[in-house]
Amino acid sequence: MTAAEAPPAAPASPPGPPEHPVRKASARRRLVPYWLLLPGILWLLVFFALPMVYQASTSVQTGSLEEGFQVTWHFATYGDALREYYPQFVRSLLYAGTATALCLLLGYPLAYLLAFKAGRWRHLLLVLVIAPFFTSFLIRTLAWKTILADGGPVVSVLNSLHVLDVTSWLGWTEGSRVLATPMAVVCGLTYNFLPFMILPLYTSLERVDGRLHEAAGDLYARPWTTFRTVTFPLSMPGVVSGTLLTFIPASGDYVNAELLGSTDTKMVGSVIQTQFLRVLDYPTAAALSFILMAVVLITVTVYIRRAGTEDLV
Amino acid sequence: MRLLRRNLVVIAGLGTLAYLVLPNIVVMVFSFNQPKGRFNYSWQHFSLAAWKDPCGAADLCGSLSLSLRIAAWATLGATVLGTMIAFALVRYRFRARGAVNSLIFLPMAMPEVVMAASLLTLFLNLGARLGFWTVLIAHIMFCLSFVVTAVKARVMSMDPRLEEAARDLYAGPVQTFVRVTLPIAAPGIAAGALLAFALSFDDFIITNFNAGSTVTFPMYVWGSAQRGTPVQINVIGTAMFALAVALVVVGQLVGNRRRKSATAR
Repeated sequence: MTAAEAPPAAPASPPGPPEHPVRKASARRRLVPYWLLLPGILWLLVFFALPMVYQASTSVQTGSLEEGFQVTWHFATYGDALREYYPQFVRSLLYAGTATALCLLLGYPLAYLLAFKAGRWRHLLLVLVIAPFFTSFLIRTLAWKTILADGGPVVSVLNSLHVLDVTSWLGWTEGSRVLATPMAVVCGLTYNFLPFMILPLYTSLERVDGRLHEAAGDLYARPWTTFRTVTFPLSMPGVVSGTLLTFIPASGDYVNAELLGSTDTKMVGSVIQTQFLRVLDYPTAAALSFILMAVVLITVTVYIRRAGTEDLV
Repeated sequence: MRLLRRNLVVIAGLGTLAYLVLPNIVVMVFSFNQPKGRFNYSWQHFSLAAWKDPCGAADLCGSLSLSLRIAAWATLGATVLGTMIAFALVRYRFRARGAVNSLIFLPMAMPEVVMAASLLTLFLNLGARLGFWTVLIAHIMFCLSFVVTAVKARVMSMDPRLEEAARDLYAGPVQTFVRVTLPIAAPGIAAGALLAFALSFDDFIITNFNAGSTVTFPMYVWGSAQRGTPVQINVIGTAMFALAVALVVVGQLVGNRRRKSATAR
């Protein structure tokens, strides 16, 4: 609190107007950034980093609720957890990956529309993209239960077009149902994280100079070639941060799987939640959550390296 | 056919927009439903009953006011701490900058359930009583990084010469900060605060782990999906949606008028 009143306005490098006790003032000024950082960084260290340490230690403990847990370096918990719950793991990554791809496919045209074609409608359309955020996402996810209800209009149309025959053959749906199938869960995930894809895409597309399109056209590039060789590469930062902002939360989500899915569509988030809050098997829950963290961090690092954008933060 | 092909992007984009807005429309329509049984999933009769009595469902408004209180405090905490960090990052040189940057980036690159579970391990180990305070601590933690990112972007694009000019005109450091720096950084701070409020108000996963028996609004909705969904949930969802749209539209109009009067002058 006191640091907020300190003068953070003064840039560090050029020495300000000479003050009376010169040496004391400059020493104090050198400390200013640390005072500014202290409360927030302390908060993150205690409530973000320290919990990770506690979790790591919990994952190698054994014991029971009644007798208490002790650190026994029981690494077998990791193996057991993976063996028992690898279907949920694979499913989470699969669903999150599919939802991310769908978000990109659906989100790109809208971001493109917003950036280049919306004209005076741009603000209204942007509001429509952001406004759903202000209704609790749980309420909106529950609305999908109505939309995809058995015998409802959506399911009837899909049924009469024989779409559901194809999707059940692929194993995405069951019979004439959409609810409680993988398709419903992926549909919900895609819906929930779509704005996180659209906004970064829009931001990076908006920065693309429209004259580049004209130049490409002048050089006899067809629209599709222009898009493939000019627009899309320039929007890569948006694609990268959009896919990350979609994939990371989707991989750990359990709300969509629980509300729109069935026991056959459980994702790893559900398992962690159940183990932690209902079964009270803390070591297994901690191990699972650690594995999920590792998988996500490795995926993200590899992906950023390959996509080659450094300045995400 | 040619028209269709030429406007393919527009059609696809509007299709996506429809997909995004459809659930909101369903929420709105079903706030006027009179459901049979406990669940409000299929249309029965038109009714204004829920709108006339928005707090009619037991505990609903209590959870709503709790969520608003938590969101307000979390926004305040995260905005103050995050703005301080953002200024330090942009304006000063210091040791361990890389470590600070990663500590701010990591919470955003972590599935929520991982943070939720590990924070609960900490609280259990410390023997903390789960409730309002643990939820508030958790919310400030995960909102912080988003505020830092929002404020940083704004402060980075600020022209340092404006502050130099203020100093040249004999403004003291405090005066420069309050009269020049803060007003210029305000849009970034406001954006960060708004984001923090929305994130905190709507958070479910982290709250569910760390709330104990305290019930926030998202937790109430989650519980109702098992027990039976009162129509009042839809009323509140619709009201929030309408309020947000109205605020944005009013903000836009005020901004337009200000811009117009500025150019007229």
